[in-house]
Amino acid sequence: MTEVLPVQSAARDPRLDDLVKLAVMAVGGQGGGVLTNWIIDLAERNGYAAQATSVAGVAQRTGATIYYVEMLPEAARQPVFALSPAEGDVDILIAAEMMEAGRAIMRGFVTPDRTTLIASTHRALAVSEKVVPGTGLADAEAVQRAAEEAARAVVAFDMEAIAQGAGSVISASLFGALAGSGTLPFPVESYRETIRASGRGVEKSLAAFEAAREAAASRHRDPAPDPEPVAEEAEFVGPAPLLRDWEALGRRIAALPDPVRPLARAGLARVVDYQDVAYGAEYLDRLEALLAEDRAQDGAARGFDFTATAAKYLATAMAYDDILRVADLKTRAGRRERVAAEMRAGTGTLVQVTEYVHPGAAEVVSALPVRLGAYVEARPGLMRMLDRVVNRGRRMRTDRLSGFLPLYVAAGLRRRRRTLLRHGREMAHVDGWLDAARARLPLDYAHAVETLKIRRLVKGYSDTHARGLAKFDRVMSGAALVEGRADAADWTARLITAALKDPKGEALDGALRTIRSFTTAGEA
Amino acid sequence: MAERSFKKEVEHLRIGAGETFRGEGILAITKALLENGVGYVGGYQGAPISHLMDVLADAEDLMAELGIRFEANASEAAAAAMLAASVHYPIRGAVTFKSTVGTNVASDALANLASGGVKGGALIIVGEDYGEGSSIMQERSHAFATKSQIWLLDPRPNLPSITDAVRHGFELSEASNTPVMLMVRIRCCHVHGSFEARDNVPPKLTVRDALKNPQRDTGRIVLPPASFLHEKEKVEKRWPAAVDYIRKHRLNEHFGPKESRVGIVLQGGMYNGVIRALQRLGLADVYGDSAVPLYVLNVTHPLLDDEVLDFCAGKDAVLVVEEGQPEYLEQALRAILHKAGATAKLAGKDVLPMAGEYTGRVMLEGLEAFMAAHAPDILPDRGRAPNTPAPVPDLTKVVPGRPPGFCTGCPERPIFAAMKLVEEEMGPHQISADIGCHLFSIMPPFEIGGTTMGYGLGPASNAAFDGGGERRPISILGDGGFWHNGLTSSIGNAVFNKSDGVTIVVDNYYSAATGGQDILSSRATNRTKATKHPIAEAVKGVGVTWVRQIDRTYDVGKMRETLRDALTTDHEGPKVIVASSECMLNRQRREKPLLAKAVQEGRRVERPKFGVDEEVCTGDHACMRLSGCPSLTLKMPDDPLRDDPVAHIDQTCVGCGNCGEVADAAVLCPSFYRADLVHNPGRFEKWWARWQTRAIDWLIARRASRRLAREVVR
Repeated sequence: MTEVLPVQSAARDPRLDDLVKLAVMAVGGQGGGVLTNWIIDLAERNGYAAQATSVAGVAQRTGATIYYVEMLPEAARQPVFALSPAEGDVDILIAAEMMEAGRAIMRGFVTPDRTTLIASTHRALAVSEKVVPGTGLADAEAVQRAAEEAARAVVAFDMEAIAQGAGSVISASLFGALAGSGTLPFPVESYRETIRASGRGVEKSLAAFEAAREAAASRHRDPAPDPEPVAEEAEFVGPAPLLRDWEALGRRIAALPDPVRPLARAGLARVVDYQDVAYGAEYLDRLEALLAEDRAQDGAARGFDFTATAAKYLATAMAYDDILRVADLKTRAGRRERVAAEMRAGTGTLVQVTEYVHPGAAEVVSALPVRLGAYVEARPGLMRMLDRVVNRGRRMRTDRLSGFLPLYVAAGLRRRRRTLLRHGREMAHVDGWLDAARARLPLDYAHAVETLKIRRLVKGYSDTHARGLAKFDRVMSGAALVEGRADAADWTARLITAALKDPKGEALDGALRTIRSFTTAGEA
Repeated sequence: MAERSFKKEVEHLRIGAGETFRGEGILAITKALLENGVGYVGGYQGAPISHLMDVLADAEDLMAELGIRFEANASEAAAAAMLAASVHYPIRGAVTFKSTVGTNVASDALANLASGGVKGGALIIVGEDYGEGSSIMQERSHAFATKSQIWLLDPRPNLPSITDAVRHGFELSEASNTPVMLMVRIRCCHVHGSFEARDNVPPKLTVRDALKNPQRDTGRIVLPPASFLHEKEKVEKRWPAAVDYIRKHRLNEHFGPKESRVGIVLQGGMYNGVIRALQRLGLADVYGDSAVPLYVLNVTHPLLDDEVLDFCAGKDAVLVVEEGQPEYLEQALRAILHKAGATAKLAGKDVLPMAGEYTGRVMLEGLEAFMAAHAPDILPDRGRAPNTPAPVPDLTKVVPGRPPGFCTGCPERPIFAAMKLVEEEMGPHQISADIGCHLFSIMPPFEIGGTTMGYGLGPASNAAFDGGGERRPISILGDGGFWHNGLTSSIGNAVFNKSDGVTIVVDNYYSAATGGQDILSSRATNRTKATKHPIAEAVKGVGVTWVRQIDRTYDVGKMRETLRDALTTDHEGPKVIVASSECMLNRQRREKPLLAKAVQEGRRVERPKFGVDEEVCTGDHACMRLSGCPSLTLKMPDDPLRDDPVAHIDQTCVGCGNCGEVADAAVLCPSFYRADLVHNPGRFEKWWARWQTRAIDWLIARRASRRLAREVVR
């Protein structure tokens, strides 16, 4: 039994201010345990008593993990440390990923009176962000803003990139950022000694440590991202006469209004690369026609939004995804080098590339000449037979001639693309879509622009493509229902957003039901 | 081979008196067992004591030197049953498991053990999986202790206190002929600290020696009339003996001043949290010297009435800090005070919440409320104190949840991708899951499986549906659950009842969810355990006739075919698919150093990795909805014509093949490619590759000379 004399004054013990409370919030598999051990070693090296705890880290499967460390200058008696971080009572919060920083803020571990937040700004995406058919990425900017508000000091930059650059892991750059933040009263050399004493991958860890330490000490911030990605001037290669034709097309781009030009330039590059110069001319013909209509509706006052939007979606529509395009992209000059670089293959290492392709009868038929394709398609028996022959997964080794050749030949069909069944259908679809948008232009400029944007829903191959087309049709029908209303453009935009929420289109169904409830069309 | 090796740390377990032991809580417990002459140890892994089992397994050699028997038991029930050795023999034994789930499984053996009583000290070390990071239902072990009359130790969470608790646990058990439960909470298991070591002591009587001279005592066997006598003996002899021991050795501790109008009674495990709250209130200093009297219950069952009454005497109010519900201690203390006619007011679950973990904030607010109500004068003015949290910027709509999921390259991912594809064809099914990694299938992106009723009980929990119907019920069982309880309770049960259901046994070669321990069907060679017993053979052995063994789960097409077969066959009786591939985490840990060494030594090594042709990917993310792999992620292409991010595979990819297989089986998109890096290729191989490259380059150049194309394609 320990009998202790009563504490005389009921005043806060000033030694509590020397107590450092540090929490690490990591995603499983990021080496939070290694970092914690380093911090403990660092503290003990500097004459501190330290205690660390964690909720058992069982690698990646546990999602987010918290490690917690407390330390106090060593004295004759052992201090009593807490075993878990408390809201409003954390001095240093290390977040090994940006949304983990957000989670720390939400949980109240980051407060303006005491917390230095050390966060890596990179993202490890959560599953819920990845499965959305459109864009489901969380808003890291919002977390950054909240961090500035919630923390006493913020040290935030991409520590993952620094670690990778040094061939190390993020625990080393987080440790460096901790050193550079200057929040712990320990000399930098003792950090280095700690890393050296750990004995594994020392050189690389030290490199990552130093880079992050310097960045943190200078309160380095990530460069601001470009608000709008600007199309690089696409460099084209090919025979001289074709290049001259290409340059001629460039002059037509120069004649377009300012707001249209960047997208039209990117769009033109896309379709020429996809097919040929003549196809590029066709693209510009269509675009210029749309521009004329746009002008007639005083598009200049609206920054030619209609033509600019058309420049973007017309290009993706004309450069539709088909077998020929895939084969072309996979048999281009430079791909081997790109793959090798992506795989970080060293010299003397062979890179064997296997493609996973799975064509179905429908795709094969769509690559047949119009009449032959239509003939086969009209005969279910024939289609079934064809499906039995072609419909299976194929693994093609494109680093070998045997696998490369079939794709090369398929890519060569590009020159006859205009005569194929698929092309006719795609062009008809483009015409129908553009006509619908053009018809709305004199009535409701904004709605016409949104109508163009519906094209975003058509993407992918086989089933995905079919699903996209179905969504396109449903949103087009919804857009027709709201036509004439003042908020038609808003509703169409909402339909597009809903269509991109989930693969089956449940959100879209809901939005359409709402529209039907206030339009007189009933069950359209 | 377990996920974490303690080989290095285990060497520290040899240190003796005069030395200081530094390390984690679980290592300290192991050291204390050795110092206290334990004769045998066993247990079943599960957080938070998985690593304790790993430590024990790694310390097997050391224990063998001391004559200690170690068993990695088949289940918690088997572990508890092992304590039978202490019933007739004066041998100290210790077992460990996760609580409350493990205690549930073990409770039959525990109740029998407690009824007959023990001669040698019997210690049950339970890892209380409560609060943050817990993976189980939130319940308390306390109920098991009181119902079976097992003494419950809940020591302060520091190494000297835990190691003391082990010593006293054995002695208390022997003094009162009663098994003792030592409860350690999650963070206590992993707390890093130090304590003064003692010498390791071999058991006075080893289990090996005991076998030479078998003993029995009918009076200890749970059978009438002895069982009726046991109950009387429990309350008349064993309880008083325990109370005497606890009082004599001052197992419960007092801190702070003797005289005060208020006081706090707390579970030992709550000590650090209470001190922190007192520190923040200005009522304790950094070393824990408190201005408020504390009565720390390192033993939460039994309670010592006179100690309680002594503590409450002269106090206006006493706060009980007791985590979890029901509030067993508070009720018991109330009864003690009431019986004695004591006047002290008892506070507890009125100022502290009934349910949920006592985090820093909860503790601070609870203690502050109690002090404000009963001793406002000793509370310093906290109005001016700066540590009231400021309002937090609202990020609830921004920050996505990060539930646990399958690891990179997990062999279970393709199984559930196949199941999802089958469900797309045939519609949704009634699916029950089990305990284990596979349970992550209930999370996005798979969202498969509806129930989890207990370890090895996946198929059993579908029993009501086993009579058949329009669509067969499907159940999932991991290999860990299979050997724990599943073979009899689930598979045997299905055979006997002529089940029409389909069962998938997910065999990843380890008890993977608990940290990769070996089990009967593991394929590794284990020096001290018998492995390599195929699950399919066991299934056939209990009478299943429709059994399919799949040896590469990554073959999504085959997985889907087999599942389709199982769901449509007219075969009567249970349909069992054993889907086997090694846990990728363990496989990487095993293979990575070997491959790196082979590359260094100049031997030929192939390493697969996946990639995405950025311009082929259309950004629909259908592949993500059949994967959820951490290495398969997204990036925003640098292209103004694009609205949506495209798939991207990062450097952590292990080339398991799921991406390609799924793209193929689900007919998704051709943007994935597999790149096999061949390190140190052979001479012929190099020559052949060079020739192929030349031919391909000639073809590429030929086409490039006739067309216009962008120079850079991504």
